[in-house]
Amino acid sequence: MSNWIDRHIKWVFTMPAVIFVGLMMVMPVGYTLWLSFNEWSMSNIDPPLWVALENYKTLFHDELFMKSLGLMFYFTIAAVATETVLGVGLAILMNQHIVGKGLVKTLFLLPMVATPVAVGLIWVLIYEPNIGIANVFLQKLGFPGQEWLTSQTLVMPSLIIIDVWEWTPMIALIVLAGLVSLPKDPYEAAMIDGATTWQIFRKITLPLLKPTLYSAILLRMIDALKTFDIIYATTQGGPGTSSQTINIYGYVLGFQYFKIGQASALLMIFFLIVLTISVFTILLRKRAGVHL
Amino acid sequence: MSVKKRKKGKIAFTHVGVYLALILFLLPFLWMVLASFKTQVQILNTSKLFEITANFDNYKSIFSEYSFLTFIMNSFIVGVGATIFGLILGLPAAYSIAKYKQQGLGLLILVARIVPGISFLIPWFIIFSKLQMIDTYTALILSHMLVTMPFIIWVMIPFFEGLPHELEESARVDGCSIPGAFIKILLPISGPGIVTASILAFIFSWNNFMFSLILAGDKTKTLPIAIFNFISYSDINWGGLMAASVTITAPVLILALVAQRYIIAGLTGGSVKG
Repeated sequence: MSNWIDRHIKWVFTMPAVIFVGLMMVMPVGYTLWLSFNEWSMSNIDPPLWVALENYKTLFHDELFMKSLGLMFYFTIAAVATETVLGVGLAILMNQHIVGKGLVKTLFLLPMVATPVAVGLIWVLIYEPNIGIANVFLQKLGFPGQEWLTSQTLVMPSLIIIDVWEWTPMIALIVLAGLVSLPKDPYEAAMIDGATTWQIFRKITLPLLKPTLYSAILLRMIDALKTFDIIYATTQGGPGTSSQTINIYGYVLGFQYFKIGQASALLMIFFLIVLTISVFTILLRKRAGVHL
Repeated sequence: MSVKKRKKGKIAFTHVGVYLALILFLLPFLWMVLASFKTQVQILNTSKLFEITANFDNYKSIFSEYSFLTFIMNSFIVGVGATIFGLILGLPAAYSIAKYKQQGLGLLILVARIVPGISFLIPWFIIFSKLQMIDTYTALILSHMLVTMPFIIWVMIPFFEGLPHELEESARVDGCSIPGAFIKILLPISGPGIVTASILAFIFSWNNFMFSLILAGDKTKTLPIAIFNFISYSDINWGGLMAASVTITAPVLILALVAQRYIIAGLTGGSVKG
């Protein structure tokens, strides 16, 4: 017996974890796929009715669905782009000789580990039009106060600001780790040649950082596409449907309207989008010479 | 301007930049803590932003009126449960993936990070309802394990890769089976790695909102769900809400400071180093 275990240890050690992932993730996703071909409402007693692709057709004619897709991409692209630019800048600053660097690095971890729902609610207070510090601050500077979370046009930028606050430090810390491990020789050569700071950044730092940047952006993108906690805690998709990204819309369809078939179709499309983007980025990274 | 002076100017600039950024990133936490000590009247009066009379009424009320202790216990039970079972499944898997270079399996675990959690929430709800397991710790622990176990595996794979294999080999020569050598030799010397992996896993379970939103009920409500009790349709008890936010985030922030060196590794899930 012991011998058999030793010979097959590779599988004895990994099977429990694999079976768990299979039962809790792979099978349920398959179940969602099956449900997406059915018309079914959890609230009535009729069994699911096979409707093939009907749910998908309905979705593509659903304005709210198209809008939620757009909002998801808007949120992801704006947030991740801002975080990347700010994060790289911050990392370069932090790569200098800073007094108390260790402590600074540690404190930058706090936004990203804080409980997202609590973070969202803190920002609800900050954005509160009458008593929030955001407007108090604006008014002190002589600007009019804003309806941060209740204005249809401002709600998405306001949510993006929260995401940027929460996740810029992560990009900064990943990039900083990359900067520290860069080789010194190219810099010395460039210094001797009299290159400017900007030239050094463009021609040496950025190309050498490429793999690190790919990783950081990929991870942020995957998470930004799936943002749920912050939006649910601050606006629940509102005002109206102005911040209803696909994640929130899926939740609303499934757990508030109990339109299981349609929600499942939506979730399958969402699943495919996230998967495609991830695979695509991973392949790009491979081409850039990094492997997983 | 001399070179020396320019250098001094640059050093000053980087310090101002970094510390300014740090202050901006910490300000919301300061704001939360300040508000948690204010009365509703003080919060509503914006002319005296930093005037607080240190009173603990908000903290007292979240424990007496809102029975926060129950929710803390719920979050704690689910977090500890999900971490322990995550370790039981995750540690051997991480060791095997590290030692036998099972990259395919490593990739499968990585997929658990990519797939949006909501895409299996409906089946979970249906299945757990049928099994009458909604509002049970078992259902919550099982769901949270899908978060904790991958984190544990990601943190532990590089850790196990870095261990010297001589110890284990000599135990094998002495007649120990591989599982025996794993439990008696490798796990004890992996203590620091296991502690940080556990802290990380616990943090992510503690913070989890979506799974608990669907699977928790009145008996098992965890903190991130319970915090919405402070928001009623008519108005918001701001002081209580911020005291509750402090109570939720404080343990996580303290744990994060303990495990700080590994947090980035945990968040980036094995994909940065390659």
